[in-house]
Amino acid sequence: MKESKLGLDFVKVEKARNKAKGIADQVQDFVEDYTTVAVERTLCRLMGIDGTDRDGVPLPNVVVDHLKEKGILGDGVLHFLGNALYNTGKSPVQVAQEMAAGKSDFIFKETAPAAKMQEVLQPFVDTSVARIREKRQVRESRLERLGESPKPYVYVIVATGNIYEDAVQATAAARQGADVIAVIRTTGQSLLDYVPYGATTEGFGGTYATQENFRIMRQALDKAGDDVGRYIRLCNYCSGLCMPEIAVMGAFEGLDMMLNDALYGILFRDINMQRTLVDQYFSRMINGFAGVIINTGEDNYLTTADAVEEAHTVLASDFINEQLAKIAGLPEEQMGLGHAFEIDPELENSFLYELAQAQMIREIFPKAPLKYMPPTKFMTGNIFKGHIQDALFNLAGIWTGQGIQLLGMPTEAIHTPFMSDRFLAIENARYIFSAFKDIGQEVSFAKDGFIRNRATEVLGNAYTLLEKVEKEGLFTALEKGYFANVRRPRTGGKGLEGVTRKSPVYRNPYIELFKGNR
Amino acid sequence: MLDKTLNLTEVKPYGDTMNDGKVQLSFTLPVPIGPEAIEAAKQLLRTMGLDNPLVVYTVELTPGFTFFNCYGNLQHTVNYLSIQVPKVDAVVMDMAEADAYIKEHIGRKLVMVGASTGTDAHTVGIDAIMNMKGYAGHFGLERYGMIEAYNLGSQVANEELIAKAIELRADAILISQTVTQKDVHIENLTRFIEMAEAEGIRDRMVLVCGGPRISHELAKELGFDAGFGVNTYATDVSSYVAQEIVRRSTK
Repeated sequence: MKESKLGLDFVKVEKARNKAKGIADQVQDFVEDYTTVAVERTLCRLMGIDGTDRDGVPLPNVVVDHLKEKGILGDGVLHFLGNALYNTGKSPVQVAQEMAAGKSDFIFKETAPAAKMQEVLQPFVDTSVARIREKRQVRESRLERLGESPKPYVYVIVATGNIYEDAVQATAAARQGADVIAVIRTTGQSLLDYVPYGATTEGFGGTYATQENFRIMRQALDKAGDDVGRYIRLCNYCSGLCMPEIAVMGAFEGLDMMLNDALYGILFRDINMQRTLVDQYFSRMINGFAGVIINTGEDNYLTTADAVEEAHTVLASDFINEQLAKIAGLPEEQMGLGHAFEIDPELENSFLYELAQAQMIREIFPKAPLKYMPPTKFMTGNIFKGHIQDALFNLAGIWTGQGIQLLGMPTEAIHTPFMSDRFLAIENARYIFSAFKDIGQEVSFAKDGFIRNRATEVLGNAYTLLEKVEKEGLFTALEKGYFANVRRPRTGGKGLEGVTRKSPVYRNPYIELFKGNR
Repeated sequence: MLDKTLNLTEVKPYGDTMNDGKVQLSFTLPVPIGPEAIEAAKQLLRTMGLDNPLVVYTVELTPGFTFFNCYGNLQHTVNYLSIQVPKVDAVVMDMAEADAYIKEHIGRKLVMVGASTGTDAHTVGIDAIMNMKGYAGHFGLERYGMIEAYNLGSQVANEELIAKAIELRADAILISQTVTQKDVHIENLTRFIEMAEAEGIRDRMVLVCGGPRISHELAKELGFDAGFGVNTYATDVSSYVAQEIVRRSTK
């Protein structure tokens, strides 16, 4: 390990990591016994089931809702499909279509032998795995051919609500220097227990995540990338009630980055913790296999809680998210662990606090492409000052070598970005990144100085919190409001009704195929 | 010659000299950069009533879209003395004063239920008003000794909020709306008032809304008792609700 600029106690870091591992292992003990409607719909999609019925209900929902009504969801959709395929010789999508048309419920008296089921399912499994692998290879070859910007990647959002307008905005942003384009989802999508189908042109504060929208945007960014001679990454959100489903749709369409954090959904979208932790496990496995970088949402803790007092909760949660990702086989190079620049600008030495925290996270997770979030809480209608706040954020980003810099917009507190806002934000970042390019190598921090002491303090507090959470368990910690000052009951929130214990015949061959593989 | 005396019936923007009318603005036109683009911007400025239009900076954001920074001297004036703005009718008290006021004039804790409603996922507004810590040095309602505050969070359905308010026998309901794209907040707030009327709580509880695009005037128009826009804090909300409840009880 490189020498710490902060004089961090790496023995303590390892101890903290071990505590987090203990926490993640406890969660995993629970997760392994359960499946959810979202996980089963994901398996439908992997089997090639796509499209909708006459009323616009997605076919994966038709199939899975049917199993749920019959009380056989715990057997898993692959058990059901394996049997249906064996008995009828039809394909999974034909089965789904006929179910949607009410032709048959595909329930048979005799259950096919397990080996036979595997045999009929295998070609569909192989096709889906090959499809994802191919998308990954396309990304790798494009990256090799076009190259990419040095880190921090410049990450901007588009949020017009209309995918075609988003594509125009995204292309413009790529030309201006953006490396990552995130298409913000329409408000409320995280709470839908299905993924809408097809291209969409209406949304509030964002655009629906659909597979067709993914495809349209991927195409636009590939074209923009060819024009500017740089690979442009596409980011979306596999969070909310459809985590693994959106992960697989992203994997099919060559997305590069996904917001993917159960803790965020629990705390800020009131999604049931049992549901979303089960969903997260499979979604991270898919993201890992597809080569997708995940982003976690710790930055949000500091929008409800104080960024100085609660800085350690961000670090503690990053430790936990690292371990949960590891269990799902996601490599460190794909862990965009989150943190943020959210300290009150009126606080004296606020920038020194920010610098200490950013450098600390950098040193503790050396391989992770950290996702650094801009000021939001203290952005006001004073766009002129806001532009300076963003400049300081960019300075902290280049100084401490962050991986992904989500650019702040001067109009953050006012509206979703105008084309010109994005231009000004990128200009700001490029100027600061160039002007301070090597500052990290040039400056060291005074021994026993403010910055080193601050980092030591935050690490110490994070360790204490992790110790407590390990003792009580993550579920209890969430119930007690240890993170973001938000309390969530174990059986409260949205989506619990979609969780089922796996039966002995349950099968999901993708766990073996995806986990830790590429 | 410029008349440099201030006349409140004919007020103009101020740059560095009284009545110079200086205005600074920026915008994008969907046209390629060039002399025609600059002329187009100038013509727009003149149409807006700006003399001496000056385009100080242009850049092509992407082919076919040009961004402008401009200045001009505004011809228009406004009669400041004739302006009347509806304001929330309350004396703003700090937390200690509000607690003392409630204790003295009402004699029990006030129950306030708040949420960010509809599809709005933003909690920043309701948290700033309600959370213990508050915002920008103003403690939130949860910290008040004489207020029982319930923050239901974000994406709360109108019916859920109303049911909770009835269950808790709330004195006031506080609604925060941050997302305003396509006027989704207007529709949502209107629906809330319709439901509140149907449930018969319209006159039983003080109904308040707030958010960056909410003004008192808009709130009144939609049927709320008061609206709180930017730069208002827990002190403004608590003072108003307490005084309004006293007003209602003495009527």
